[in-house]
Amino acid sequence: MSFKRFWTMFKARNREFFRDRAAFGWNFLFPFLIVAGFGVIFGAKTHTEYKIGLFPHETVVVTPAETRIPDGLREERYLKFIGIPTKVQGLDKLKHHKIDFLLKLGNPPYEYYVSDASPKGYAIEQMFKASLIPPDFKIGAQKKEIQGTAIRYLDWLFPGILAMNMMFSALWGVGYVVVRYRKNGVLKRLKVTPLNAFEYLTAQALSRIFLLMFTLVVVWLGCDFIFSFTVLGSYVDLILIFFLGSTSLTALGLVLASRGTSEEFTTGILNFISWPMMFLSEVWFSLEGAPQWVKAAARIFPLTHILTAVRKIMHDGAGLIDVSVEITILALMTLAFLGLGAVMFSWNK
Amino acid sequence: MAALLEVKNLVKKFKTIVAVNSTSFSVEQGVCFGLLGPNGAGKTTTIEIIEDVIPPTSGDITYKGKPRTASFKDEVGIQFQTTSLLSFLTVRETLETFQSLYRHTTGIDYLVELCHLGEFQHQYNDKISGGQRQRFLLAMALINQPELLFLDEPSTGLDPQARRNLWDLIQQIKREGKTIILTTHYMEEAQSLCDEIAIMDYGKIIARGTPQELIKQYSPEMTVILPTSSLGHALDRLPLPYQAVNDNVEIKTSDVNSCLNLLISQNADLSDLTVRSPSLESVFLNLTGRQLRE
Repeated sequence: MSFKRFWTMFKARNREFFRDRAAFGWNFLFPFLIVAGFGVIFGAKTHTEYKIGLFPHETVVVTPAETRIPDGLREERYLKFIGIPTKVQGLDKLKHHKIDFLLKLGNPPYEYYVSDASPKGYAIEQMFKASLIPPDFKIGAQKKEIQGTAIRYLDWLFPGILAMNMMFSALWGVGYVVVRYRKNGVLKRLKVTPLNAFEYLTAQALSRIFLLMFTLVVVWLGCDFIFSFTVLGSYVDLILIFFLGSTSLTALGLVLASRGTSEEFTTGILNFISWPMMFLSEVWFSLEGAPQWVKAAARIFPLTHILTAVRKIMHDGAGLIDVSVEITILALMTLAFLGLGAVMFSWNK
Repeated sequence: MAALLEVKNLVKKFKTIVAVNSTSFSVEQGVCFGLLGPNGAGKTTTIEIIEDVIPPTSGDITYKGKPRTASFKDEVGIQFQTTSLLSFLTVRETLETFQSLYRHTTGIDYLVELCHLGEFQHQYNDKISGGQRQRFLLAMALINQPELLFLDEPSTGLDPQARRNLWDLIQQIKREGKTIILTTHYMEEAQSLCDEIAIMDYGKIIARGTPQELIKQYSPEMTVILPTSSLGHALDRLPLPYQAVNDNVEIKTSDVNSCLNLLISQNADLSDLTVRSPSLESVFLNLTGRQLRE
């Protein structure tokens, strides 16, 4: 192992990353745009909104106080009333899940429409029926609120977006780039120099990890400046988990980079791995309530363990001991990927 | 003189295709050795095995009398037929990058001057012309002060000026005493640069010697060319074997004087007569045939 040769390749790869303006910009812009986009869409709201169509109503905007709907329904929270001119238009919107419930304006007995296939529609139907019961006939219940700060959807989503960006950057930045270099002869040119495979792969991996962490910090600071994320745990612990995560994802990239000269085939393999990983690792939505086999399958992806650990630190104030299971799994995955990548690597094919 | 490189019974098979078929040759120190052959003859495969890019199916290669060791890569310079380089690096930065991979190196400024890279050394390595690129790749091959230099079809795709310029550069490198192994299918290039030539076809070496030796052995005849109209009716009674090529008559002969005397005796007009000396090209075509290979 020659440090000088390793350092040369490390610098060359970093220069390539920083000088490729388009890819460089996109690496920062992509996660920022997604977080910003969701910030705009959801704002500070963390609730689900139920949409009730009211017909006949000439304007889309509805003032509940001036419409003939049950008082109980008018006072419910998280309901959005949408005016619809005709019944036909209302049924069409209901059929296409643009609204969850359709109610004809007027006096009792009320006429309403709901889709059997819509869980939200069912929930509104129950609310609607409850609103028809006179107050004197309602059974009492005592309300107790949970303590602590509520977690916004954006707070929950943010680490997922960062980790997803990290995953794509690691897999494509190592897996795809090395295959491209093998195909166009760069690896062949390097092979006939004294540079050995270990020096080359170490430089590729560490360069990518450095760039992933650099991107992470810049995007975090930029997004935090705008959206003020809450972190209950330690920032150092967070950085450590992200570092371990980027190492394991980069090591997975090395496995993909170890063989192959077809960019098309590698693209297929990358998509085959990255898309299920993105959907099953709880980047966008929780798997709570999903079948057990889906949850089990999700655990084969490093991204799942990265996000579990990061969210525990961020939202629950967990320490490294609390996430030791995730740390152990990520470390073992990293070693397995590195070993596999090293054994399989070929300069030529 | 002791051989710097020796190749014995080299074989390379790709599934059912035998690309290199029991090839043997040696290259002495300080010599420019040319490996000639039509496309698909096995030239590139042979030198890529020697360069340790691909493994042989069987055979032995010795460098300085011993099997190649890890230090072999430090002592040879290689210019591939086609290659890509690390992206987003300038010509100078690429040279510096490759310089850092070796123990003994040549100064960048010296190479910039030797290979005339000055005017584009700060441009990205993929934003230069074909001629500039070949000179740059040659500089890269020289970065580690190699004792043995491999040049795989270095002038392919270059215009005549760029090609002559590259040849001058290779001549200069030869004068520095470096051993060169050159593959080419430009006969003029081989005749101009090589001290020794091996002609390869279907994975085998079919002829070997200096350019003069090969010409003498495989294409000793001169070619006398004159327009058909210069012979008039004499063409019908010409007592020499000849070949009609377009509007000309070509006569192969090893005795030009006798041939010319005969033509004069037949009242041929010799005003537009041309005499073509034998060349490596005729040797090459005589040995490998004239049929199209690709």
